[in-house]
Order: sequence, then structure tokens, then C-alpha cells
Amino acid sequence: MAESDQTVTEGTAAEEVPTVDEVLSQAHAASELDPDAPAVLTVSNLRMYFPVRSTGIIRRKVGDIQAVDGISLALPKGGSVGLVGESGCGKSTAGRAITRLYQPTAGSIEFEGRDLATISNRELKPLRREVQMIFQDPYSSLNPRHTVGSIVAAPLRIHNVVPKNQTLKRVQELLEVVGLNPEHYNRYPNEFSGGQRQRIGIARALALQPKVIVADEPVSALDVSIQAQVINLLQDLQREFDIAFLFIAHDLAVVRHFCPEIAVMYLGKIVEIGDRDSIYNNAHHPYTQALLSAVPDVKQAITGGRRERIQLTGDVPSPIDPPSGCRFRTRCPIAQEICSRHEPPLLQIGRRHKVACHFPGRLGEHPHAPLTAGLLGVDAEGRPDPGASPSSDLVEQPGYADTWFDLDKKSIGRA
Amino acid sequence: MEKFLTVDDLKVHFPTPDGVVKATDGLSFGLDRGKTLGIVGESGSGKSVSSSAILGLHRGTSARVSGSIRLDGTDLLAISNQEMRRLRGKDVAMIFQDPLSALHPYYSVGNQIAEAYRVHHAVSRKEARTRVVDMLARVGIPQPDRRYDAYPHQFSGGMRQRAMIAMSLINDPSLIIADEPTTALDVTVQAQILDLLQDLQNEFNTAVIIITHDLGVVAEMADDVLVMYAGRAVEYGPVTEVLTHPEMPYTWGLLSSVPDVTADTSKRMVPIPGNPPSLLNPPPGCPFNPRCVHRHKVPGDLCRTELPALIPGNRGEDHLKRCHLSNPEMIYETEVVPQFDPALAEER
Repeated sequence: MAESDQTVTEGTAAEEVPTVDEVLSQAHAASELDPDAPAVLTVSNLRMYFPVRSTGIIRRKVGDIQAVDGISLALPKGGSVGLVGESGCGKSTAGRAITRLYQPTAGSIEFEGRDLATISNRELKPLRREVQMIFQDPYSSLNPRHTVGSIVAAPLRIHNVVPKNQTLKRVQELLEVVGLNPEHYNRYPNEFSGGQRQRIGIARALALQPKVIVADEPVSALDVSIQAQVINLLQDLQREFDIAFLFIAHDLAVVRHFCPEIAVMYLGKIVEIGDRDSIYNNAHHPYTQALLSAVPDVKQAITGGRRERIQLTGDVPSPIDPPSGCRFRTRCPIAQEICSRHEPPLLQIGRRHKVACHFPGRLGEHPHAPLTAGLLGVDAEGRPDPGASPSSDLVEQPGYADTWFDLDKKSIGRA
Repeated sequence: MEKFLTVDDLKVHFPTPDGVVKATDGLSFGLDRGKTLGIVGESGSGKSVSSSAILGLHRGTSARVSGSIRLDGTDLLAISNQEMRRLRGKDVAMIFQDPLSALHPYYSVGNQIAEAYRVHHAVSRKEARTRVVDMLARVGIPQPDRRYDAYPHQFSGGMRQRAMIAMSLINDPSLIIADEPTTALDVTVQAQILDLLQDLQNEFNTAVIIITHDLGVVAEMADDVLVMYAGRAVEYGPVTEVLTHPEMPYTWGLLSSVPDVTADTSKRMVPIPGNPPSLLNPPPGCPFNPRCVHRHKVPGDLCRTELPALIPGNRGEDHLKRCHLSNPEMIYETEVVPQFDPALAEER
């Protein structure tokens, strides 16, 4: 309560309320995909393991938390890729590894011809200007002892991009861009509401004019009526400055609105990735389908009653000791023998659609024999099949190929 | 006939050094057994404060509570503290938002639930244990006999919330208040918990108040919905009615500012301008007027000078709205209409 009392009220009775037209002009439809945009950041086979040590004096390493275990994706210039999944699936860790807040265990992060994953700290510093981050919690990500002006100016100071006497001017410009009163640069974070604080965090991320922003749950701490304001702001900024967003969130509806391309993660792996239509209307992985069916939806509930839910039983297994084969098999309604023996490859099944499942398809219409058996060189139960010739190019590649596995013809096809 | 739970003109005011915070200011609603009421609002709109008043949780604090809360004929604001204790957890139970902070970390989950049972029933530890194990099994905790002795940190988020639900149901309450029961949970777990809550409600014919900011949850769970803004009800009526034909610009704004997973992708996300008001100095007149884009459609300066009454709108007696707009169709004049097709709603 004390919080909101000190809040800088922008909408006091004295100020004019925007008209309907003004509000509508700020509102955006869902972002659209530009299929020809070149990739600005390419992540290949990224792994992030955290060692688990035993207690006692000699802290022996006893295992690894496999938080991110080999993900590949390409972030198009000026576009957005959404990373969704439940808590603990590794989506935030992936974001932090990509911004090099963590040192990745393996894999590469290619940006402008350099590999961010292995680059030295000295070489990394100038590149940090290009890859910035927006954090989830606008309360803990701003230093309460610093004024807003010095928070937003910090990146400018560290990277020495503007002369000292022009820093204030630049800060005020930035505050204006994100819709805050530039006169408020001398105030402290506690004087602002949650939505306004998130705008400060966004101004800080914009200060260095980055090409890539990793937004880790940028709106989930905000009130519903404020979320739309921030999402619209991000869409404006993306268009104006041509920024590529890696948008990490658990809210499937927000991701659907902001990102034309979405990757679904489960226990450190991408289980399905594709454009909006492939994921939301034509998901082929049982986990994606279960996730989507669980989202409460106003329209659906009011008009057609409740949808049939795909109930998942049990909890997400521990990432220290993930299940063998497919990591989702312990909760999967259609798991079979092969699922515990072999990990399904992330197979491209459409122009912009990849799925990691032995039985890809709408639940109920899914194939009864594992489609991947031939590619892996095994029989339907997952035992080695001497007659089959395993396909050699199953290594996960970021981006999409021109040819893909046609589910109807059960062979490699193309458009 | 009076409803099972009737709240009339409830006010919860907190005196502070800066003035009186009117967290709830004149709230009225009713709820029958076996029915669910959804209370929706932003943080600070007074939804949690109002429901904790039903449980008498403001007793012994500086809060000033007035009005009346009648549960099955008993006025909960008039009874003594002792009577309140007898009722709390037995007839009225609460499910809290964050099960990790609502469960005691030093006691095993089973013992905490058993304590809730033994407070109200004179039974031996052994009998209580049997009852708790049954309940744990009922809410879907595997191996309930072994899980009885586990501690909260050994449970996952969804399991803890199940344990909380088991605790609230252990005395067969007739009213359950669920305060953001699934906000801390992932969607797949949320779906499990909501289904469980609905099954149990049908089985025990419980009245449920579900407090949330998620309109999707309300649409799926509730029969009636009460939209709160700055401590007041601004719209109240059957869910199918209010969410398809909102007559108050705030409700309309909430509906058009949240995306949903099935909407047309060309649908725009229209934000509500401004910020929620301070409860210390609420704006004069309609509390929503500083953010309302339809304010200029009301003649004179009525929105800024006079608080509208909560009265039936144009769509029937049980759909109440607090707005000066005489013709709510004015809200829909804009290009953006609420995201549902009224024709589809009729089919339901």
C-alpha cells in the first residue's frame, strides 16, 4: 500500500485522458513473421550444466543439473522468438547463457561472426552493447539507492558512448521514448509503480541501442491492465529500432501475441519449435498440446464450455537425473518402448516447424509406429535394426532447412 | 430468500498516519451453496482484504470493519472472537496463494492438516491420521500414507497446493475462499488444481469464492463474477453475461487488454491508459474516471463529481454496473469489440 501512495501518478484528474482513437493508435495486433529476415544471433547446441557437489570438506562433484541441454535456434534480425515452458524447464537459464551472464558449458552463440560462448572477457565487453537484457522483476532489478537517471546512465557511462556533459540529455531522451516523464530522472525507483519501473528497465536496456534484447518474463510481474501497455511499448520499440527479441515467458497468450516464432522447452530441451500457426493451431508434440489445452481461455469457456483438457500426471522430473530417451516420456500419454531407449531427434516436419517426438501428430491421430525408427536405424521397439540405415544428418541445426520430413509420405520432401 | 452468504455494504478501512485507506468501500454480494463467485481486480483493488474480512482476519488489527456478513443467517461481524474461532477453518476455510509460505516449514504436512482437524473434532491422533491420509488421497497425492510424514519443502508446488486444499477441506467447510489459488503454479498444474477444486465442490456442495486476476480462470470456474476497482464493485453479474457484454469501461478494458490463445491474431491488444489509483486519495467521482476513455461521452462533468451507483444495466436485473454511461453500446462503438462473438455466446 505504501508503495502505491508514493507512486508518481500520471493519470491524476487534472491531466487529460487520452481519447479512444489515441488509445487505439497505440494498440498493436500480433507481430508478424518476416520469413526472409537474416539471422542476427544463432545458438547451436547450447548446453548449460551446473555442477552439484557433495557436502563435507572435499566437495566432490557428484553430478550436473542439466538446465539447458543442447538447444539450437536462430533469432531473425528485428524479429522475435518466444521461449515458453514451465518453471524449471531452463528457459531463463538459456536466456542468461545467451547474454553471457553465465559461461555456457558447451555449444556456440554466433553473433556477427563471433562466438559469444567462447570469446574472452576483454573481447566480450564491446559486444555486450549489442545484446541486452530486460529482467522479470522490476522491484529487484533496479538498485533502490540509485536515481533513475543514474540507473539508465550506467550503461552509457560504462561503455563511454556519450560525453559526460551529454549523458543527462540522452537519459531524458530514453525516458521519453519509454513513455516516462523525462523530468523524473532524479527520482528513486520506489517512487514509481511496477509498470513504470519496468519501463525504466526497458530504457536501461535500450541505452546502448542493442541489436538483440533478451526479455525474461518482462510482463509477468505486472497487473493485467499494465501488461498491455508494456507489450505495446516493446512492439513500438522493436519496429522503430529494429531490435531482435528473445522473449522468455510462461504466458502462452502473451507469447503468441508478441512472437511470430515460438520454441517450447521441456526439461532443458526444445521439444517443438515453429511459426505461430504451427505451434498454436497444429502442434505435433504431446507436451505442446497438453500445455495449450491447460490455458484457461475466456472465449472458449464462455462460448463452448470448457475444452477437453489433456491431463498430465505427475511432476517434472529432476534435471539432475533426467529420464533416459525422451525426457517427456514419464508424463507422456502416448509413450512407448522406443521412447525410453532413444531420444527423439528434433525433426523438421514443415516449412517452419520442427518437433522432437517419435510419434508426432495430433493426439488421437498420431502415428502408431515410431516415424523416427528408420532414421535412427532401430526397429519399432527401439532395438538396433541391422537392416536399417541410420540417417547421418540428424544433428540439430538452428534455423530451417528447405527440405523436411513429410509426415504423410513418411519420407524427406519439400514444398 | 436470503442467500447462503450475504455480504452487505462491507467496509474495511485502515487508519494510517497519512489518512484512512479505504481498502473496501461498500461491497455487497450474495452466494449460494454449490455456486462459485469470481472476484476479479488488480492488485490493491481490495479483493483479498474483503475476503479476509469474511474469515474475521481483521479482528485485533487497527482495521475498521463495518457492514454485515451473514453466513447461513449468522452475522459474522457480530459474533465473539471465540465463536469466530470455532467457525474459522470449520465452516469457512481459506486456500492461500503461496502454499510455501502458508505451510509451516518445521511441521510435517500431515501433522499440520491433522491439527486443523483436531482443533474442531475430539478425536485421537490415530483417528485424525486416518482421516488426513484419506483426504490426501482424495486430493490426488500419491502414497498418502508415506507423504503424511513429509515436510513442505519435500513437496513440489502443485503438491503443496493440493496439501493446502486438503487442509481447507478436512472439516467439510460450507464456504471456501480461494485467494489466487493457482497464480504461483504452472498452467498444466493449474489445470489439475482447478479441476480438483471443481470436483470437490460438486461432491461436497460447497460455496466457493475464487479471487484472481485471470479472467480465463473466472470464465472457467465461476457462475457469477464481481469486478472490483479501487475498493468498490464496478460490475457484478453472471459470468456469461458480464464477460460477453461488459457495461463498465473498466471490465471492457480488462477484456481487451489481455491476449488469449485462440483469438484472431489481427486482434489488437488495447491497453488501459494510466495507473491504478491510490486508495489514500481516490479520485473524486467515479474511481475509474482518470483512466476512462469514454468519460467525455457523459454529459457535464458527472464522472468527476459524482460516484455512480451500482445499478442494473440495460441487460437485466442481475447484471449490475457502476457507470454513468446511459447507453453501454457506446463502449462498443469503437472499432475494437470484446473478443467474443455474441452469437456464439447465445449458443451456450
